[in-house]
Amino acid sequence: MIEAVGLTKRYGRTLAVNNLSFTVQPGRVTGFLGPNGAGKSTTMRLILGLDQPNAGHVLIDGQPYRRLHRPLHTVGALLDAKWVHPNRSARAHLLWQARSNNIPYRRVDEVLELVGLSKVANRRAGGFSLGMSQRLGIAGALLGDPQVLLFDEPVNGLDPEGIHWIRNFMHGLAAEGRTVFVSSHLLSEMAVTAQDLVVIGRGRLLTQGTTAEFIQQATENTVKVRSPQLPKLREALAGKNFTVRADDADDAALIVGGASTEQIGELAGALGVVLHELSPQTGSLETAFMRMTGDSVEYHTAAAQAIETVAATNDLAAPNDLTATGK
Amino acid sequence: MTLLAVERIKLFTTRSPWWCIVLALGLTIGFAAMISAVPGHDFQMTVNDSQSGYQFGMVVIMVMAALAVTTEYRFSTIRTSFQAVPNRTAVLLAKTAVVGLVAGVVGEASAFGAWAIARAIRPGPLMNLDTAQAWRNVAGIGLVYLVAAVIAVAVGILIRQSAGAIAILLVYALLVENLVQIIPKVGRTIHNWMPFTVGDHFLNAGAPLAADRAVSPMPLGAWPSLAYFAGIAAVLLVASLVVANRRDA
Repeated sequence: MIEAVGLTKRYGRTLAVNNLSFTVQPGRVTGFLGPNGAGKSTTMRLILGLDQPNAGHVLIDGQPYRRLHRPLHTVGALLDAKWVHPNRSARAHLLWQARSNNIPYRRVDEVLELVGLSKVANRRAGGFSLGMSQRLGIAGALLGDPQVLLFDEPVNGLDPEGIHWIRNFMHGLAAEGRTVFVSSHLLSEMAVTAQDLVVIGRGRLLTQGTTAEFIQQATENTVKVRSPQLPKLREALAGKNFTVRADDADDAALIVGGASTEQIGELAGALGVVLHELSPQTGSLETAFMRMTGDSVEYHTAAAQAIETVAATNDLAAPNDLTATGK
Repeated sequence: MTLLAVERIKLFTTRSPWWCIVLALGLTIGFAAMISAVPGHDFQMTVNDSQSGYQFGMVVIMVMAALAVTTEYRFSTIRTSFQAVPNRTAVLLAKTAVVGLVAGVVGEASAFGAWAIARAIRPGPLMNLDTAQAWRNVAGIGLVYLVAAVIAVAVGILIRQSAGAIAILLVYALLVENLVQIIPKVGRTIHNWMPFTVGDHFLNAGAPLAADRAVSPMPLGAWPSLAYFAGIAAVLLVASLVVANRRDA
């Protein structure tokens, strides 16, 4: 279990992490979600005791990282696949880490086998592709067979095959009962990888909960109804306490919130209203995520602002407190 | 012991230390061979003369020692190191010990190698290791290399950048210490308290001098000179450890 309490980290005048508190439960994959520059990597470094927080603390199984005895047995981490001496072989890179925590050398060959690098174990790590480097980093994280694993943006820059491999691998680790804490700036990736989510923006906690809850909250599910007898239907729907609004793109349609297709269909049947279309609309995860973190994106581009503007005007309206964009 | 083994693996699984060791040995032994092969019969080679190239090897070993730290920062493996062993003082002391030990061994090998080759080319009574001074002049080189390597490691920890650390070390050891002598009046006194100058005095104190070399009175004797040189290295090392513990990795 990882427990962060009031973590605050300042680099010069930049507040990278601001009073951040969250817990990561054992036996689950927890996604650490936030836009680029939100403070995810900084938080990872704080967890590992590499950087000192200005305030707050973070505990792993009740202890600060720097007090762990032979920490590779407790926590394995891949923060950056390029943290390797380019002229050292993959095996040597793992050998010294194994030696430092009294891990038997045969474990080095085991983890190399596990990530599929056995054949290139004696090649210099500097010549590895990004995918191979990620595998080497994961091998390092697994050396001590730890119960807690941290991965910082493990799929960044990988090809689809590599992404698929890492995703399955993390599922496997969680299935073995380990705690997996994995950061990403892609909600679509986390939606299929993580069971829990910790969402941050500009160093602050935005929300913490299960992925299903988050997606449900962040994306409003609506139903589109098209009918030649729209005014009659609208009146009846409004009377049932559903939210109803006109479809901007289609004069003959309504967007109904808070109702299932069954409810609307039955209501229309009872009224004798003809329906030309009755279709559920699922909000795009990325749009919802962008709206949620729109206020807290560190580096805005003109294109991103344009997308936000579109997002704000399309029919996937989110709760009011989430619609503010960073303009 | 574990951490010493870790640092040994780290040092010898990259190529640059090997190159530095070969280069240091080649430079010092080659220089001794060169000066002893200079023609002319009236020239009596001394033990001290055979070691006159030791600074070339020392500088190369200092580069090796600084690189042992700065490449860890350059490639961020220092973070992996501190992640594996959060006790930073222990990690850096182990690194200092391994690098210092290698420097000491290379120093001894290069010193005895230089003496042996010079004696083979130009034998003479002044080439015998028959006085305490002669022994100190040869065997002491390993100690000077060791202390110099500790200084280089400390500077590497403080500066963290290869180019910066090496530039500072080389410019300081090769130029600054000698150039302070230009300062009017006090320059000479300051020079006599500069660490590498004092370290050099530990080797040369009491050596039979060639006729063209001036005798400069030094404030400390041979062994106090070594203690002073080592003391400065220790102060730098402690300062670098304090900084490394406070700083974000």
